[in-house]
Amino acid sequence: MVDRIVNPQLRLGLTQSGLAALAAFAVVLLARGRQIHLERETVIALFRGLTQIMIIGSILVLVLHGPRWTSVIILAAMTMAAAATSARRGKKIPGAFPVSLYAIAGGAGCVIALMTWAGVIGTAITAIVPVGSMLIANAMNANGLVLDRFRSEIQAHAGQIETALALGASPEQTVVTYIQASYQASLIPAVDNLRSLGIVWIPGLMAGMVLSGAPPLYAAIYQFVVLAMIFAASGLTCLISTTLIRERAFSTAEQLLLR
Amino acid sequence: MMAASAPFLRIEHLCRTANGRSIIKDVSLEVHHGEVVAIVGPSGSGKSSLLRLLNRLDEPTAGTCFIEERDYREISPRMLRRRLGMVLQTPFLFAGTVGDNIRFGPSQRGESLTEEAVNQLLDQVSLPGFSERAVQNLSGGEAQRVAIARCLANEPEVLLLDEPTSALDDAVKRDVESLVQRIVIARRLTCLIVTHDLAQARRVAKRVVLLEQGRISRIGSPEEVFGGR
Repeated sequence: MVDRIVNPQLRLGLTQSGLAALAAFAVVLLARGRQIHLERETVIALFRGLTQIMIIGSILVLVLHGPRWTSVIILAAMTMAAAATSARRGKKIPGAFPVSLYAIAGGAGCVIALMTWAGVIGTAITAIVPVGSMLIANAMNANGLVLDRFRSEIQAHAGQIETALALGASPEQTVVTYIQASYQASLIPAVDNLRSLGIVWIPGLMAGMVLSGAPPLYAAIYQFVVLAMIFAASGLTCLISTTLIRERAFSTAEQLLLR
Repeated sequence: MMAASAPFLRIEHLCRTANGRSIIKDVSLEVHHGEVVAIVGPSGSGKSSLLRLLNRLDEPTAGTCFIEERDYREISPRMLRRRLGMVLQTPFLFAGTVGDNIRFGPSQRGESLTEEAVNQLLDQVSLPGFSERAVQNLSGGEAQRVAIARCLANEPEVLLLDEPTSALDDAVKRDVESLVQRIVIARRLTCLIVTHDLAQARRVAKRVVLLEQGRISRIGSPEEVFGGR
């Protein structure tokens, strides 16, 4: 056990993590020169990210040979954590956590289930957990963006929305433009990833597959498959969350709550 | 049988608390059909909040309002807002043309105003031929007139005006003010106008309500509230 903890590969990984974190923190210090303070948030995020990925790595080592159903538990736990993280972007939105949970579970969950059923994602824990986690993580980011954008759009246009309500418009009608803007903004990263695939970046999954001996062409195609699934999961997540937050932004008496 | 003098609006013990702060405290008021009532008071006294409660943009924490003796919470919010048309301090015109804005309210219930009806409304607010104008090219006074015409397109029974002239210069302010007076008389509307301009309240209203710290402190004719100057 001790041998495993101090094995040279782990030591190398931790050293590399330290150097990468130093690079990230150097940028934070540069930003500080412009009165942009991200020190505390970045240190916590770096430490938290490393701890979390090490824990999940250790769990993966343990469950690698376990029964397949354990992957469902792992993905469900990831979804809960993703919903909690994402909900912080929509602090003032009533019920941001359940909205995020339903949206990510519905969006990423549907795509994972459908693609696993179709044989695109393998049922082995080593396949479904990493690919599933990528879909959940990207759905989380898209959901966070949509909540944040929706909240700021509504708060910036509260006057227009209440004017439309005062003229007898339905709540859905008053926010349709802002829902569209939020939805489009939330999918920009997923669209850009697809657009720039192979030209600007070679994603980690493909690099990993090539390093572990998969034919490069198949690795490249499978990377496209993953990005297309990410787009589908993110898009479906945001469709669900925009529908749910639209309802929660108004009271039953059609009053704007998000002001 | 309802008496002929039954109030059109009867506000009963209306209260609103938001973020732990009491904004409207036990406001009761009766407004008769065709009456023009000015609501005055210092900044933060709850004038606009009271109007928002009447349009049900906010929910009262206690009390209610009766419209022709019917509790307004029994009326669907959209119908209520059509009957009690509200013009906000900032016109908030929607992107597009003046005509698009005028048609907005009726279109929400599937009705489309004819070009003639739009032009008639624009004539009433002294903006003839403005139908095809883009809203971004309007002056402050013109925008406020469009907002009034847009509200009138819904054929409201009550006009709730929230400081409609506060952002306008004196000459334009008097124009909009006399326009409101003309419309209220021509359409036999009941009108509640919030203003911080006491001279304006004296000019337009038969009755004045003085709000202080969310509570009605005085009510009566302008002479009774402001003195006989």
